[in-house]
Amino acid sequence: MHMLPETQTAETARGDVSRRDFLKLSSGLGIGLLLEFSLLGTACSKLGIGGKQEFTPNAFIHIDQDGVVTIVAHKVEMGQGTYTSMPMLIAEELEVDVSKVKLQHAPPDDKAYGDALLGAQITGGSTSVRGAWKPLREAGARARMMLIQVAADEWKVRPETCYAENGEVVHQPTGRRVPYGDLVEKASRLPAPSAVTLKDPKDFKIIGKPVHRLDAPSKVNGTAEFGIDVKVPDMKIATVSASPVFGGKLVSVDDSEAKKIQGFQQVIKLDNAVAVIADHMWAAKQSLAALKITWDDGEHAGFSSASLREDIAKASEAKGAVAKNTGNAPGVIASADKKLEAVYELPFLAHATMEPINCTVHVQDDGCDIWVGTQVPVVAQMVAAQLTGLAQDKVRIHNHLLGGGFGRRLEVDSVAQAVSIAKQVNFPVKVVWTREEDIQHDMYRPYYYDHISAAIDEHGNPQAWQHHITGSSIMARFFPAAVKDGVDPDAVEGATDLQYAVPNVYVDYVRHEPPLPTAFWRGVGPTHNIFVVESFIDELAAKAGKDPVEYRLALLKNAPRAKAVLELAAEKANWSSPLAAPAKGKAGKGVSVLFAFGTYIAQVVEVEVDADQQVRVKKVVCVVDCGYTVNPDTVRAQMEGGIMFGITGALWGEINFEQGRVQESNFHNYRMMRMNEAPVVEVHLVPSQENPGGIGEPGTSAVMPAVANAVFAATGKRVRKLPIAKALTTT
Amino acid sequence: MITLNVNGDQHDLDVTDDTPILWALRDVVGLTGTKFGCGMSLCGACTVHLDGKPIRSCVTPVSAATGKEITTIEGIGASELGKRVQDAWIEQEVVQCGYCQSGQIMSAVALLKENASPSDQDIDNAMSGNICRCATYARIRSAIKLAAGQPVAKEA
Repeated sequence: MHMLPETQTAETARGDVSRRDFLKLSSGLGIGLLLEFSLLGTACSKLGIGGKQEFTPNAFIHIDQDGVVTIVAHKVEMGQGTYTSMPMLIAEELEVDVSKVKLQHAPPDDKAYGDALLGAQITGGSTSVRGAWKPLREAGARARMMLIQVAADEWKVRPETCYAENGEVVHQPTGRRVPYGDLVEKASRLPAPSAVTLKDPKDFKIIGKPVHRLDAPSKVNGTAEFGIDVKVPDMKIATVSASPVFGGKLVSVDDSEAKKIQGFQQVIKLDNAVAVIADHMWAAKQSLAALKITWDDGEHAGFSSASLREDIAKASEAKGAVAKNTGNAPGVIASADKKLEAVYELPFLAHATMEPINCTVHVQDDGCDIWVGTQVPVVAQMVAAQLTGLAQDKVRIHNHLLGGGFGRRLEVDSVAQAVSIAKQVNFPVKVVWTREEDIQHDMYRPYYYDHISAAIDEHGNPQAWQHHITGSSIMARFFPAAVKDGVDPDAVEGATDLQYAVPNVYVDYVRHEPPLPTAFWRGVGPTHNIFVVESFIDELAAKAGKDPVEYRLALLKNAPRAKAVLELAAEKANWSSPLAAPAKGKAGKGVSVLFAFGTYIAQVVEVEVDADQQVRVKKVVCVVDCGYTVNPDTVRAQMEGGIMFGITGALWGEINFEQGRVQESNFHNYRMMRMNEAPVVEVHLVPSQENPGGIGEPGTSAVMPAVANAVFAATGKRVRKLPIAKALTTT
Repeated sequence: MITLNVNGDQHDLDVTDDTPILWALRDVVGLTGTKFGCGMSLCGACTVHLDGKPIRSCVTPVSAATGKEITTIEGIGASELGKRVQDAWIEQEVVQCGYCQSGQIMSAVALLKENASPSDQDIDNAMSGNICRCATYARIRSAIKLAAGQPVAKEA
């Protein structure tokens, strides 16, 4: 397989009448999302296809007369393996060799390419396999049935006597074979079957078997094209400096020194930013540094991490919107003899994708082209249409591989900025942020302030559980309709579906907005709440004087899948045997259990804490039950990577403000885990026939409390305010 | 005018002497396999070889490359070792987002050139300057060992 190069993709999208009209038609139908394949197939097959024959039974599959199968990727590849798992789902039912299919980025189209769970063309929230599990297999199966029908008609035999195999239809009794390419012309005139039968999982040949990543070859030889790699004729390069304080405005720019730099082209002024356009990035960077810029810092000039924290703590005194209320937790806690309460705090976090933020735009009178790697192509298209005054269909999004997403590329602030810059010139311009700009003008994971309390019975078990969450509502900005009665479902996810058997549970939420926008970060809601819940359950176990695993297992009596992963993790990690004491410092093991994104995980983490309070995570044992696995090695890879992403955040991650300005700027002060610091990660998959769960994010969410619990086991210090490294060295 | 020799081809470039090799390659020559990550020699995404030695191209000016041979990810597969490392990367299923992997592979090839059978400590020393945000470190280690002909641990 290879990704079609961008030019070819663009040509296909523009030059192929059938496909363009098909998309127009499909978006006009307005029926459901991914359930309209048969209608789409019918609509498409009725269109005349001038000269060139192609079978496009639905939005995801094209087969040409040479038998070349092209699969349209409705999800973007940001490392999570979706460009392999999505084709696997289709290829399984279509009966083609997955290593030979071509892949094409989908154009923006919510109707044709919307996620079944999210209701829009978004890649995020660990939804790809969960959402596409059935629809993509059905897409493949319908196409296969149509191809078989054509072959059977030709041979004048019953379709039931034929089967498909490796891109061919075979007539079983006679052994006659015909390749798909020869069936394309007639298949394209058939109506799609309304009913479809999917394979019995026991007959799967591709799903559940390890398949080499289809995007790997281009990523090891430098030919993979990320958004930042786009080359467009006559393109110039721009780099940007936005107001150092969010909400500040540009007052004036003196470019007299910048003009002397070789390669300098021009300065572009925006309300809240300055860009320099140059022949190449070096000239742009130097020119930007040579500008004398005057800012009006605006109303947020004074804020600091200390003031933000004071504000959120005060906001937390309010009563919240009720997200969950079983029994009478507040009453039971108020009258309890024995209780425990704690405040947990989680910092602002930057995403720091390895590919710095970038976007290439060419605005012309009759249209706008945007080359970018985005998790939200339709939103990018809408924003560009608004800014340019063009109709939405005049904005062409050329999506690319993402050099990391983690939620950062769910946002289109940088797309809007690049369009605003490109509007002022008559050539294509690639806007590239420096790493400093990327860290200091990220949209951060919110600061959370959680007050949690429990009433404890005579056995040390929680009788009542009250979790009071205060923080920014990302959903209120990103998808306001999701916020109901004041409850942001993301902000409370992982808190409301407590797996532990507690008779009285009360979870409420206070929305408190800092003076800057916030965004999703790998693991979204659960990354925050699972840390609080799994840390606090550990506190309860300690207070009861019980083993953290035994304590949890007893409370998981009604959650068999959660209990099973915990039992297996304890066994695989030799939980009950103590760690050998390290030469210097102390060692400890910590545990966590997660249910989120439809997936169950238990992790056991081993840490060492040296005399200088430096924490080293030595080993992580991770047991995953994510239902049916499409590509098992991808599940392992996502666990390994997600776990280290979470450890990085838990140990070191925080964004601080002074005088309204972000203090961190690059990898020297926004620390990333490196190879010499990476723990051994052992992943065990629980075989399961359940529907697939998400895998991109739960590993991150689960590991953060396990590390903190291991630090407690080693040192006796309970970390209630992340990051751990700071908590251990400052108090 | 500066002449750069990249993967065996001569390029005459109209850039100032202080232009980092990274931007000369990406924005002027048009070879985008070498990646920008930090601009401060902190992440290793921009690693290329200068006369066979790994350098951070984001802080190395083109003037330092005069009369020398630059090898990038686009050219490394032409050598037997480079190809072996790329194949090991695919075999061990290293890549995720893939953005840092050009630099990782360039660092790994440079390591194996100097040390055909590196220990874990040698690998740490050579590779810890290369950040991978997807944290593919264990697989990078395995791929280096595979390319070196050492036994590679099987997944659990």
